Amino acid sequence: MGQAIAFYTLAAFILGFAVLVVTAKDTVHSVLFLVLDFLFVAALYVLLSAPFLAVIQVLVYAGGIVVLYLFVVMLVNLKRPPEAHQDSHRRTKLGFALAAGVLIELVAIASYDYLGPAATVVPAAVSPVSGNTEQVGWMLYTSYLIPFEIASMLLLVAMIGAIVLAKREL
Amino acid sequence: MIDQFLIPLLKIVIVLNATLVGVTYMVLLERKVIAWAQSRLGPMRVGPYGVLQPVADAIKLMIKEDITPVRADKWVFTAAPVIAMVPALIVYAVIPFGPVVRLFGRDVSLYITDVNVGLLYVVAVASVGVYGIILAGYASNSKYPLLASLRASAQLISYEVAVTLTLVSVILVSGTLSMVGIVNAQYNSHVWFAFIQPVAFVLVIIGGLAETNRAPFDMPEAEQELTGGFHTEYSGMRFALFFLAEYANMIVVSSVVTTLFFGGWLRPFPNVAALAFLDFIPSWTWFLIKSFVFLYIFIWIRATLPRYRYDQLMRLGWKVLIPLAIANLIVTGIVKVMLL
Repeated sequence: MGQAIAFYTLAAFILGFAVLVVTAKDTVHSVLFLVLDFLFVAALYVLLSAPFLAVIQVLVYAGGIVVLYLFVVMLVNLKRPPEAHQDSHRRTKLGFALAAGVLIELVAIASYDYLGPAATVVPAAVSPVSGNTEQVGWMLYTSYLIPFEIASMLLLVAMIGAIVLAKREL
Repeated sequence: MIDQFLIPLLKIVIVLNATLVGVTYMVLLERKVIAWAQSRLGPMRVGPYGVLQPVADAIKLMIKEDITPVRADKWVFTAAPVIAMVPALIVYAVIPFGPVVRLFGRDVSLYITDVNVGLLYVVAVASVGVYGIILAGYASNSKYPLLASLRASAQLISYEVAVTLTLVSVILVSGTLSMVGIVNAQYNSHVWFAFIQPVAFVLVIIGGLAETNRAPFDMPEAEQELTGGFHTEYSGMRFALFFLAEYANMIVVSSVVTTLFFGGWLRPFPNVAALAFLDFIPSWTWFLIKSFVFLYIFIWIRATLPRYRYDQLMRLGWKVLIPLAIANLIVTGIVKVMLL
């Protein structure tokens, strides 16, 4: 019961802040609402007894990535109206198309869940370690080793790419 | 009921109040120590040897006029000091001041909570603290605070990388992320981690100085260049909040260094039975003594070293500290694998 109340309260906050992110007039405010949103998502992870994920959420998203967003927003003058895509009619059409796509996707997922057979819960590989952090590490280096390595390759490529773009002559 | 709500609440009240009193007296200590370093007396008027100076300061700051610049972003301008202060205070939730002790016939732990991810929690909360500075500079709508806040955030982000990388090698040695677990690991390994990880210790101290914007890394508050720093436009109690946050962060850094590298609440040589008479000093007192030493060293450094230039600071962070941290991590990993 208490869990459900906490979940729905957090979910309401998350959705509310998400709406504010999109509707805020000032871009900096929008970024700030995004930070709040991430913090509430972290609280949701705590509720799901995944403290490691919660802390990483705060550390990487709220404390790291959004700071960079804020930098960009503060340093780039966004008061200037954008030149491209002034045609508001066209933007509305695009918005409707995207929204319809997301709606179809959601309906598909919901109906699949509802109509399809109850998915048998695959028991996670029995890990020899206890503790949330240890288990995340165990999973990353056993069951999810290849996705993990691919993700790190992707980050490495992004890093090298940034250096190549920034420094024309090395 | 009592164990679940009342005792944690009491602990929170005690820790927060002790912190705030400690912070105000840190300001006095800093003024006194710097005065002694410069052959002055420091504050002497309020109370004997100026011991009541913090009270006078607090009253002064509270009754000062609270100004919000006309062109400021009002909401963010109001929120920024709070955003700076809150992370500095909630870190104390995981700082272990002592082990579980018996008080009034009840087992009471001298820490608010011992989460499994304690050290990561400290790092995460510290990384949120940077918002207070960025937003203060942005919301003031004034050029010097904006410059200062950009400097501050660039500095914080760069040194955070080095400190976090360094902490990984400490975690490798301790085998746990829990702050209490790290102190217990030092008890079990019979030696403080400062002697197992001397490089990490130095890196964390330097990084801690930079992350709290202390001299010689007090770029964001360089008065000569920035007329005061990111809080130029703030007055009264809001300015005081930034000030308190800075000193609260100093206490956090010294507590974390004490916990990670100097055995937290453990007495010197905790495994030597011949020194058991030292146990008459309670564990939390050892913790406070050790933290105080680091606070004193921070002030001492401020009185001694001149400020870095901004490009030197960034070069030190990216080209010296981060490579050193990575090298330290690799060496620690190799040694750990070879020995076990």
